[in-house]
Amino acid sequence: MPSERPIKLTIAALGGQGGGVLANWLIGIAESEGYLAQTTSVPGVAQRTGATIYYLEFFPQAAAAAAGRDPIMALMPVSGDVDCVLASELAEAARAIQRGLVTRDRTTLIASSHRSYAISEKSAMGDGAANEEELIELVRSQAKRVVLFDMDAMAESHHSVISSVMLGALGGSGVLPFRKAAFEAAIKKGGIAVSTNLAAFEDAWRRAEGQDAPGADAGEADLGPSAALSLGGTIARETVASAADPLGTVPAQARSPKLQPLLDRVRRFAAPVQKIVLEGVRRAIDYQDPEYAKLYLDRLEQVAGLDGMRGVRGGGDFGGGARVGNGNEEWSLTEATARSLALWMTFEDTIRVADLKTRSTRFTRVRDEIRADAGQLFGITEFMKPRVTEIAGTLPAGLGRWLLRSPGMNRLLTRWTGGKQIRTGTVTGFLMLHLLGGLKRWRRGTLRFHEENARIEQWLGRIERVAATNYALAVELARAQRLVKGYGDTHERGWRNFSALVDKLDELAPRADGAAVFARLQTAALADEEGKALARELAEISSVAVVKFALDRARA
Amino acid sequence: MAERSFAKEVKSLRLGEGVEFRGEGILAVTKALLQSGVGYVGGYQGAPISHLMDVLADAEEILNELGVHFEASASEATAAAMLAASINYPIRGAVTWKSTVGTNVASDALANLASAGVLGGALIVVGEDYGEGASIMQERTHAFAMKSQMWLLDPRPHLPDIVRAVEKGFELSEASNTPVMLMLRIRACHVYGRFTTKANRRPAFSAADALAAPSRDYGKIILPPSTYAQEKEKIEKRFPAAVRFVAEQGLNDFIPGETDDIGIVLQGGLYNSTLRALELLGCADTFGNTKVPLYCLNVTYPLVPDEWVKFCAGKKAVLVVEEGQPEFIEQAAAQILRKHDVQARLVGKDVLPAMGEYNVDVLRKGLGEFIGKWTPQLREAAAARRAADGGLSSSGATAADSLGAGDGSVPARAVVETPLIPAARLAALVPPRPSGLCTGCPERPFFAAMKLLQRETGPLHISADIGCHSFATLPPFNMGNSIMGYGLGSAAASAFGTDGGKRAVSVMGDGGFWHNGLTSGIGNAVFNKHDDLTVIVDNGYSAATGGQDILSSRAPNAHREGNHTIETAVKGVGVKWVKRTHTYDMQGTLKVLREALSTGFRGPKVIIAEGECQLNRQRRVKPLMKKAIKDGQRVVRERFGIDPDTCTGDHSCIRLSGCPSLTVKKNPDPLRTDPVAHVDNSCVGCGVCGEVAHAAVLCPSFYRAELVYNPSGWDRFLAKVRGAVIGFLQRRSERKRLQYAL
Repeated sequence: MPSERPIKLTIAALGGQGGGVLANWLIGIAESEGYLAQTTSVPGVAQRTGATIYYLEFFPQAAAAAAGRDPIMALMPVSGDVDCVLASELAEAARAIQRGLVTRDRTTLIASSHRSYAISEKSAMGDGAANEEELIELVRSQAKRVVLFDMDAMAESHHSVISSVMLGALGGSGVLPFRKAAFEAAIKKGGIAVSTNLAAFEDAWRRAEGQDAPGADAGEADLGPSAALSLGGTIARETVASAADPLGTVPAQARSPKLQPLLDRVRRFAAPVQKIVLEGVRRAIDYQDPEYAKLYLDRLEQVAGLDGMRGVRGGGDFGGGARVGNGNEEWSLTEATARSLALWMTFEDTIRVADLKTRSTRFTRVRDEIRADAGQLFGITEFMKPRVTEIAGTLPAGLGRWLLRSPGMNRLLTRWTGGKQIRTGTVTGFLMLHLLGGLKRWRRGTLRFHEENARIEQWLGRIERVAATNYALAVELARAQRLVKGYGDTHERGWRNFSALVDKLDELAPRADGAAVFARLQTAALADEEGKALARELAEISSVAVVKFALDRARA
Repeated sequence: MAERSFAKEVKSLRLGEGVEFRGEGILAVTKALLQSGVGYVGGYQGAPISHLMDVLADAEEILNELGVHFEASASEATAAAMLAASINYPIRGAVTWKSTVGTNVASDALANLASAGVLGGALIVVGEDYGEGASIMQERTHAFAMKSQMWLLDPRPHLPDIVRAVEKGFELSEASNTPVMLMLRIRACHVYGRFTTKANRRPAFSAADALAAPSRDYGKIILPPSTYAQEKEKIEKRFPAAVRFVAEQGLNDFIPGETDDIGIVLQGGLYNSTLRALELLGCADTFGNTKVPLYCLNVTYPLVPDEWVKFCAGKKAVLVVEEGQPEFIEQAAAQILRKHDVQARLVGKDVLPAMGEYNVDVLRKGLGEFIGKWTPQLREAAAARRAADGGLSSSGATAADSLGAGDGSVPARAVVETPLIPAARLAALVPPRPSGLCTGCPERPFFAAMKLLQRETGPLHISADIGCHSFATLPPFNMGNSIMGYGLGSAAASAFGTDGGKRAVSVMGDGGFWHNGLTSGIGNAVFNKHDDLTVIVDNGYSAATGGQDILSSRAPNAHREGNHTIETAVKGVGVKWVKRTHTYDMQGTLKVLREALSTGFRGPKVIIAEGECQLNRQRRVKPLMKKAIKDGQRVVRERFGIDPDTCTGDHSCIRLSGCPSLTVKKNPDPLRTDPVAHVDNSCVGCGVCGEVAHAAVLCPSFYRAELVYNPSGWDRFLAKVRGAVIGFLQRRSERKRLQYAL
């Protein structure tokens, strides 16, 4: 018994994203265009930031009249029987596909390419974000038609809300047999922020009209900036260009001539690592001074030599490696160390923090971030909690050590520690931080510097020793610096984990799978704050060692 | 004031005779109540009927005009007890709540009500929170109907049918002197549709009339021997009367089909889904014309044996489509058919899943199996249908193929093949998105403090409760060992209440506290000399259910009396150790928590953690601020931010907060790969970020920005001075840096 079937539409949104508003607009539009309309949703707890679904069906009134009765409309989407899915966020679009609501013969998928990260993605100790590249591939490949662009950005650009952009994209896609005027009327009838909503709607309508992207070949242009494909499936890069090359290129001439020697040294490194080395040099200068950058290069050349000694053909000048070919992976020790060493040598001490907080560039960044209108006044309040350790760390090494040793001084100082709110926008607040930042010139004498420097030397020494027998393990050791990050307790936890890993080096060096195990340990260290995963992994290793030991004994 | 206002929508409650009403299911129910001349209404909020309470609250004026008494009851038990008015007097009363949790709470009153029997119609509108989106344990209201012998209506999710169910429900209640339950599933409560109205009716008999001439009948008191007489009457009079009424009024629907071999009996609430499933199987059309005869139970208890016999007689097999477990209807049907020696094979949970929501996909599969097995000829029909209108989508077609043997006969129209992605890969790719506390929620800093506290004390036994704070059991807090029910957080820790050692911590919301926690939890702890700690999270509203006002709400409310503090109530039942803390003051909260767990004081300790629900607060404050700015007054708006160059991407802050506005973004630093934390524009400047950064000794990356609107002359002067000094110093250091540009 064939008969006209309703148009079926699903809105996949996040709680509080205005999916309800959108549904109500669509009801109004459909009814004004002579359609019977039904919508329903499952609010409840999902409304609190969870994923929510709104479902709508439209049926021509004329057909109902002809049949002399109303159609039976469903209250929930059915897999394989949805004409259009509107998703307000990339992962929600993927979720709709996961639910089977999107099919290639039938469904037009209209989705925003921006990401709103789920708690599991945000709370990871490293990079926990879902693979955006894969998500986009998925979203592009599963529908009959795809309209995909950054609707969040578009809404922002019009000071509007994403629901008006979604409405425009839906209208422009032409999935619904409704006239544009009806859409606009619905927005006007809403009576809230009409002009901005209409502008966003119009923009989205045109964008969708122009965009018909079946299958995978919807160009980057369609995706809008924030969705540009990302490297290594991490967070999306700001622009396609930076995605292709986040580091920029290595100039031949230094902007200030006195730095030319440094630049020349950078350019003597193997081509593949030059950019990262240059970044390291820049960082060292910015952190301290050109002298410090020299130290960075001295240390790095030492390590690059190890790569060179392995007869690498990388065009590097160290260890007499021939200057042909590239063999990028062969320079992995230099590359890993270049990155880690730069970060470690520019550890975030109080001086560094104060320096960064007081820069004019930072003031401008804050202004943009908080969307201050041109010329609008604003203040900045910092939240700092210097502990005795930080204070001692900023003092000359000897004094600092004495202070940490003397319980009396400790008690006394504790009075001054604790949460400080510093108003950087005020003269006094700024001066305080500015002077602290100015201590830079004496940094080499501070206790913290002494400690970190010793740790760095130790670490580099280990890398050299290990590289001699187990290159791959040395590379992992170079990478392991990423475990030590953050401030206060976080930093101490990181250092504890790092040390725990380093203790295993001698045990792992002779093992063929040593590097793999060490890498696994790093992952474990970043798995949870309580260090459960790491403890498990460590226990495993030693148990393996025990077995091995027992076997040797048995053989003997 | 509730989260959602129906001020505009309630106007449609005034609609007169024969007008087309358009709106949500719950709004239609309210209109139907007024059309039925209801005398009093009460209830307790909770999805999916929260909005019904909100509608009634917003319609207070209209209700008063009609002389209808409305109460926002203290609990479901209160609401159920309210129905006592219909025991002695011919007043129609209606109450509503979330089921089955609310029905559990109301059971005592309900059982007594059902035993005494009613004179005026008593209607209980229950929102059946079962299946997708449910926030409670999965049970059926059906069991309550059977045990207390109340009638259960399960109308089609279609406004005219829902309205009819309300009207007929009252009649049925009066015809059988029995309270009637009207069950609405989640989607039915929120479905937007249309129906033709009738005029509202003033109640024929009012509470005033009752008070003027009280009537008393010992036969209606719950004491022997009345109770025995009541049981007898239930069985011998009320039950038969109900069955007769249902049959005579034709409350259930018989929909003829094209075959006599099989038939489907279904709950009215599943009508639309079943019809859609049949349509997808090629066995029905859009308008509900079906090939398979249907017997639609708009009344699922009591069943009408004669109707079953009439429908099933001569059929080879009958499928019972009954959602949830146990399969009460199927069991009853088996008895009816056996006793009347009807030989049709009874099919039900053997082709349909034993538990879980019956969505269309589930029904399509089950019905396909049933139809294919018992009427193969319908398979050809399905194939023919596909040929006729080009079939459905790929999966629609495959479902049609699944009729009978499922020989995979190719649909008439070639279907574009969708590259199949393994479910496992999808699951790995798509991140789960659990519910959580809203942006700026006052409960966030409290649970962050609890997390820090446990770093000092080691893990504690935490007895959780129902409310927004239930979300603390989810990431990133992962806190709470059990949830026993609304307001029962403290009671659920009773077993740990007295023996020394580490103290148990119970969490309770202000909503749960007034619902019953004051007596079942606090009073009980005092009486039994508990030595534990109960934290009452006071956000000023019954927030999880949609921000309804409660006894301790501070916001002004024309119709309700609030401002009764939890502190006085707690002291009133004898708690000696009571402390108040403001949740946004994390240091203070931590301090008082430490004290509560370490103090030598023996006896129940209560901490009242205060902080207004941010949703309600924003709704109140935002317009005011906008207006002030427009009027040119000096306004300072705060929000938080993070410096990406000092953030090292460890995300400790997020693990201690989980605020939706605290997220991550790509690390602008080419040397770092881990994403940096980032505060997006939805930040309401609640201050928790700063508090957390301090309390946890996190990192100096957080900053608070104070945006000044309509600055004063003094502001501008200061800005000039500051700009001059700071600008000078900054330019100087810029120059220094530029010497070393590489």
